[in-house]
Amino acid sequence: MPTSPSEPPAKLPRAGTATANASAGQRPAQRWVAWTKVVVFSVALLPLLRLVLYGFTDQLGANPVEFITRSTGTWTLVMLCITLAVTPLRRLTGFAWWLRFRRMLGLFAFFYGALHFATYFWLDQWFDWISILRDVTGKRPFITVGFAAFVLMVPLALTSPHAMVRRLGGRRWQRLHRAIYAVAVLAILHYWWMKAGKNDLAQPAIYAIVVAGLLGTRLFWALRRWRTASGRR
Amino acid sequence: MSTNKSTLRGTDIPASSITPREVATGRRRFLQASGLGLTGLGGAALGVLPSGVLAADSPGTGLARLSATRNTRYVVTDKPTDVKDVTTYNNFYEFGTDKSDPSRYAGTLRPRPWQVAIEGEVKQPKVYDLDALLKLAPLEERVYRHRCVEGWSMVIPWIGYSLSELIRQVQPTGNAKYVEFVTLADPKQMPGLSYPVLSWPYVEGLRMDEAMHPLSLLTFGLYGEVLPNQNGAPVRMAVPWKYGFKSAKSIVKIRFVERMPLTSWNRAASHEYGFYSNVNPDVDHPRWSQATERRIGEGGIFTPKRKTLMFNGYGDQVASLYQGMDLRKFF
Repeated sequence: MPTSPSEPPAKLPRAGTATANASAGQRPAQRWVAWTKVVVFSVALLPLLRLVLYGFTDQLGANPVEFITRSTGTWTLVMLCITLAVTPLRRLTGFAWWLRFRRMLGLFAFFYGALHFATYFWLDQWFDWISILRDVTGKRPFITVGFAAFVLMVPLALTSPHAMVRRLGGRRWQRLHRAIYAVAVLAILHYWWMKAGKNDLAQPAIYAIVVAGLLGTRLFWALRRWRTASGRR
Repeated sequence: MSTNKSTLRGTDIPASSITPREVATGRRRFLQASGLGLTGLGGAALGVLPSGVLAADSPGTGLARLSATRNTRYVVTDKPTDVKDVTTYNNFYEFGTDKSDPSRYAGTLRPRPWQVAIEGEVKQPKVYDLDALLKLAPLEERVYRHRCVEGWSMVIPWIGYSLSELIRQVQPTGNAKYVEFVTLADPKQMPGLSYPVLSWPYVEGLRMDEAMHPLSLLTFGLYGEVLPNQNGAPVRMAVPWKYGFKSAKSIVKIRFVERMPLTSWNRAASHEYGFYSNVNPDVDHPRWSQATERRIGEGGIFTPKRKTLMFNGYGDQVASLYQGMDLRKFF
């Protein structure tokens, strides 16, 4: 699928076609992908393992809950950025195999996002649902947008299996998964507002620049595509 | 002023959970034996230490010892926060905005020699040398609760004396309605000043009656030793019924003024940080609730937060200062 302007998920069978059986991994050239996936999976788990290790060795600092909240939040953002980098990397390098890692990376973004949310409602708020509800419904706007980002990630995670791609049909699946752009924007806004009260925007600015760059390339390509399309007319 | 001890002590902490004195002093003896006490001797030679009763159940940070008599009227029975947490988890933006920055970077601060200028509406404006300030009144140890506006709290054995002792010496005029505290702003000593996080120097203030309140402590030490740089060496304020940022650190100027001072946080975000900033569980910060707080070092990650007390539990002592004021408006 080298010339396809929009990027369907890796190994996405065209809607209505018979299932491709690439997943069996018979082609030797693809075997390294399977191994690399194991490596990527292990590396993506390291932030969690680090937290567990720190927890058992009393290295989470004076305010462990704050440490865990920040760590899981940071890694959600990092995973989101890496996931969003897949498409530009594929286009710039011309290698389609980048796409083979996207689903796993996206699921890790969701995984750390879920840990981040769980840290908030469990360790921070201690299931004080009334207070949580107030936060989420606008008392603390930065939590409102953070929560919205998390909620938007849920359907994306749920529709990540191949079976769901087939069931939805490539086009609808793809349209749904464009929500990742909104997730990224909301996540940045969440981090930005959290820090804004203290005028301490250096860190969120870095993530904002990265996300703006990643979304900007897409916008650039989309504009160019639209121009060529209208130019042909 | 009523000194209702039962309200000063945290009712939820049994006295039995406090480190027994023998244990703490035993640890100090070990430090002395191992030679870390030498810096304390150095401090004594410099004249930091007036002779007196040894204070504090001091676990020690290796800094010069500062002796003081424990003032039991101002001792809460909540378990003091571990000295490691008190000295490594700090907000002191002059050294960076991360809470680990102050302990990491405050080594560049030179707390001696040090002078504090008393200015403004006073009959006796004067520049005090640190040693003169230290000798101005007997040093007391007081264990105060410390509540940060961010929703965490500590219990800290401070050393100092009531600011009122100094105020009486300098004799404010009738025009003095407020006291303004100014923190050092020397880019050579404070790397955080290169970031315009706040407008420097850091400025805080109290109303005159608040400043005269016996709980307002001009502070020179903690845990039996001189203040570590990251905690506001060599002299800071401790105003325990207000959020922590009201207590200016590394003070170089105390001005008596007629108008309410424009304080740093109030200036940076007036809708978030009012002038009074009394600890108040009923007045939320615009971005988070103030109803609860996390006591640093208490339990593990699965320990729920504790309820925040009005005026940080010092209501019996200070509530009268705000009679007739709408604390939602004057937050």
